[in-house]
Amino acid sequence: MLELRNVTKIFNPGTINAKVALDDLSLTLNDGDFVTVIGGNGAGKSTMLNAIAGVFRIDSGSILIDGEDITGLPEYRRAAFLGRVFQDPMMGTAPTMELEENLALALRRGKHRGFGWGISRKERELYREELKKLELGLETRLHSKVGLLSGGQRQAVTLLMASLKKPKLLLLDEHTAALDPKTAAKVLELSDKIVNETHITTLMITHNMRDAIAHGNRLIMMNAGHIVLDISGEEKKSLTISDLLEKFNASSGNAEADDKLVLG
Amino acid sequence: MGFITSLFNAMPGAVAQGLIWGIMAIGVYITYRILDLADLTVDGSLCTGGAVCVILTLNGVPVGVAIVCAFIAGLLAGLVTGLLHTVCGIPAILAGILTQLALYSVNLHIMGFGTANGSKANLPISVDKYDLLLSSRFVRDLSLRNPLVILVLLFIVLIPVTYCFFGTELGCALRATGANGNMARAQGINTNFSKVLGLMLSNALVALSGALLSQYQGFSDINMGRGAIVIGLAAVIIGEVIFSKVFRNFALKLLSAVLGAVIYYIVIQFVLKLGLSTDDLKLLTAVVVALFLAIPHFKGKLGSGKMKKAAGKETGANA
Repeated sequence: MLELRNVTKIFNPGTINAKVALDDLSLTLNDGDFVTVIGGNGAGKSTMLNAIAGVFRIDSGSILIDGEDITGLPEYRRAAFLGRVFQDPMMGTAPTMELEENLALALRRGKHRGFGWGISRKERELYREELKKLELGLETRLHSKVGLLSGGQRQAVTLLMASLKKPKLLLLDEHTAALDPKTAAKVLELSDKIVNETHITTLMITHNMRDAIAHGNRLIMMNAGHIVLDISGEEKKSLTISDLLEKFNASSGNAEADDKLVLG
Repeated sequence: MGFITSLFNAMPGAVAQGLIWGIMAIGVYITYRILDLADLTVDGSLCTGGAVCVILTLNGVPVGVAIVCAFIAGLLAGLVTGLLHTVCGIPAILAGILTQLALYSVNLHIMGFGTANGSKANLPISVDKYDLLLSSRFVRDLSLRNPLVILVLLFIVLIPVTYCFFGTELGCALRATGANGNMARAQGINTNFSKVLGLMLSNALVALSGALLSQYQGFSDINMGRGAIVIGLAAVIIGEVIFSKVFRNFALKLLSAVLGAVIYYIVIQFVLKLGLSTDDLKLLTAVVVALFLAIPHFKGKLGSGKMKKAAGKETGANA
């Protein structure tokens, strides 16, 4: 359903700081795939997600969703197909707007925005129900400004916003990295639940190899703008951290010290 | 006693002027508070509104149509700034300054329309010869042509309309753009379009304010918009400082900007009656606005300073 064909992205081309972030990258996701993405810093994981989301233009290659070429579409037009959750919990919500207003914005993703009311009474019931499923007590705070919520709550709300109007593809960019371990586990569990219930095709970046193994049906490892490992099905189920670490080191050479740190 | 009487006599005029600038303050509220952009176009578009309104009225256009044309001229001024900002990638504040500068020449030519050299810095219009919507002449009249009555009626329409607009899907998109552009794009909002639309609406209101101001004072002048952005900000900030605890609803926030403008003009009248020279008004305004803008900053610093001290004490107690 998602297809990246020979995508290349070079930051600061022609300068001494030129960096090939995506190097002739090709990837095909099948309907309902839940793919975890791992790789060291600068491997190109976030760049790949941002290229799909249209945050910047790619230098060559093409990106297709369900066969439709979206390479030339601006970010706001691609949003019709995508649900996105960011690493920074502050990035996914509008802090000065009410919780229900944020959800109403998300419900209208991909729709023409005209002079109809920005929120209707009927929707509130839906929001209350969906918020109840988060089990954070947010269903009573529809009129609270989102800026008053905690980082974990905001991330959970962003996740809900990303899936409220079912997207074709869900992009989770290290969305639990900025949260404390307990909240991170909760948000991750929530992500799992949403993906499993709705079968949205999902790309999830994580720095945690244990999570990468435990979640999803497919795992890809990136290094220097390439995909160096692509495991799915039974093979992924039997994967252990030490297998992964070995493969990680084999592909990235001297990065060994880094991932030992990550794994603690 | 004489001071109080003369101050009292000046009140209706001050309130009328404040209400006219209140329209402008709503425009500034849209860019500064909702879109989070400081738009300096307004210094030019205020005069554009006045110039368009006066020149059209002088040329026999009905005053209502002239006011609508002034509104449209403001939309266009905002469009230019918006395109410079979004399409050309110029920082908003600089885009506004560029449009404002260009409007200086444009305004001279609008007012000089039909004259020998095609340029004029001041254009009088007499309420005796033309059927103007409002004039300072009637500010103490007990009749429907009193500008205070007309202005209050205008706000009874303008504030609910603005309120409803920002409650629509389009209006919500504008608010989301100002609150978090990144999130807005991720939810499919064309933030560039939002910004251009917001700048257009804002400048249209500013031009409307200029059109009414020129009728009220009986002339349009190339310098009538000088420092307008600062007066608009003063109105928004004064309104917030005084009413923010009571007025939480969005419509009331718009009203507080209008009341802020009225309070600003009352205070100005007061200091003028105390003997301040009109030449020093802009200096005073700038100082007042700078103070009000600085207060939240210093409050924040002071707050964190206190927290540090408290934290220090706590660790001291633990030790």
